[in-house]
Amino acid sequence: MSEQHLLLKRVDFIFVHDDDWEKILQKTIHRPKQELINELISSELKGRGGAGFPTGLKWKLTSEAQGSEKYVICNADEGEPGTFKDREILTRVPYKVLTAMAVCGFIVGAKSGIIYLRGEYKFLEQPLKEAINEFSYYCNKINLDFTIRIFMGSGAYICGEETALFESLEGKRGEPRNKPPYPSVSGFRNRPTVINNVETLAHTYTIFKYGAKKFYDLGVQYSRGSKLFSVSGDTPKPGIYELELGMSLEDFVDEFGDGDTKAVQVGGASGFLVPRKKFSETAIGYQGKLIGISLPTGGSMMLFNSARSMYNLLDNYLEFFREESCGQCTPCRIGCQQLLAGIKAVKKGERPAPYLDKLLKLSETMQFTAKCGLGQSVANSFASIVENFREEMIY
Amino acid sequence: MELHRRIVELADLHGRTRESLLPILQGVVEQENFLSKRSMAEIARELDLPAAEVYGTATFYSFLEYRKMGKFIIRVCKTISCSMKGKNQIILTIKDMLKLEVGQTTPDGRFSLVETNCLGWCHKAPAMVINHEVFTDLTPEKVRGILGEYMKKEI
Repeated sequence: MSEQHLLLKRVDFIFVHDDDWEKILQKTIHRPKQELINELISSELKGRGGAGFPTGLKWKLTSEAQGSEKYVICNADEGEPGTFKDREILTRVPYKVLTAMAVCGFIVGAKSGIIYLRGEYKFLEQPLKEAINEFSYYCNKINLDFTIRIFMGSGAYICGEETALFESLEGKRGEPRNKPPYPSVSGFRNRPTVINNVETLAHTYTIFKYGAKKFYDLGVQYSRGSKLFSVSGDTPKPGIYELELGMSLEDFVDEFGDGDTKAVQVGGASGFLVPRKKFSETAIGYQGKLIGISLPTGGSMMLFNSARSMYNLLDNYLEFFREESCGQCTPCRIGCQQLLAGIKAVKKGERPAPYLDKLLKLSETMQFTAKCGLGQSVANSFASIVENFREEMIY
Repeated sequence: MELHRRIVELADLHGRTRESLLPILQGVVEQENFLSKRSMAEIARELDLPAAEVYGTATFYSFLEYRKMGKFIIRVCKTISCSMKGKNQIILTIKDMLKLEVGQTTPDGRFSLVETNCLGWCHKAPAMVINHEVFTDLTPEKVRGILGEYMKKEI
């Protein structure tokens, strides 16, 4: 594929190697904290794990929180189906993430950083430890009081939810907490905590290196900057791509589809399935007036061609959620079980087709009553698949 | 005695607070391949925690096996991308070659076969891990080659 034929604008920030991290760290921690926070706020960077909370505001709130002990946590519990970009960042440019954690620690007043690495990425632990050793050596040299350690997960999707992650770090079952209080006030060990996705941290490195404008100039209103996309499924070129936010799904499919794309799942199992007829009216980014229907994503983009059964897709997601639901709240624990049993019964003809409407109501109830994002987001994929591909659920 | 000594060593290394629990459980699984009821009871005693808390925490995490497992645990990804790209054929190949079902361990204690949720290799599906080693872009032939190598390993 030659570059000039690309419809989408490629961006190359995240994976560009640089030998400047020592200089950038040194330079950044000698700037006024308020100026750094303002720089981050003006870049309009939003969390790249999927939730999209403004990063500058997160750091600001934590810097203002009362408490002598604070923490910086890098969320590397990348478990959303169809997402695999964070692994690549930690493999290829770990020093950007470490530098960003230290800068964050400097700004908010934290001396301790933790990388929560999913158990599935155990092979990354050793190389990452070596990178941390080298990094710590330099921190000592410049008298920067900041340490980073790795904490290994053990196979639990829910631990990517920030408060479940804190519970796990504290040696408990990964069961989400109620919010509020938010982590900026009460996070790990109930202390003020910044918790950011791996990619978010890597973007702050770019912002502190080149300034906010370079980042802000990319993307569209409310969806600034670039984003890594993990592309998989029925595509001739699966992989990781850094693209500008705000692209239309149609352009995305033109570039990555196999010519027969029937639907795209944006945002993984907890995201939305978009059928072909809605490609042109759907954009990838955060909600904003300019781009119509916009779907946020942690980067997971899965393509399906006309050979794929959307029933099988939903069945696979629901089995995933049923197993990964932590089980503490009833709407999610029972809801996931009942949705899965329900679509199976309709498919087998044991239940009439209108039963699907009851299931849709159930998923709506889960959206309102589940304790955390997992249970709340099951309705996203459930409703978007059932509503757009109802016949496939029945026949 | 052996197990007790190992748990004490792990507690010396990671500490005896609640926050040490996961690293200690992981350490035991690393050595024994699973957490027996006895090892969980020993850990509870060493950390001065209720055994039910230790059991409840351990069984929450899918990599902290609490049933006896083989030396090499094969985890095949069953999430959508891998499922679409031939996961079933991979499972069939393994079942055929090792003469076991999903969830079982070979009589010689060498292999266990389980299915697992998204491993994060969707762009190189289908994928599996054997203990911590990752294998991607699998085909039945490739799987036969990989298992052939593992069959020769010392245990």
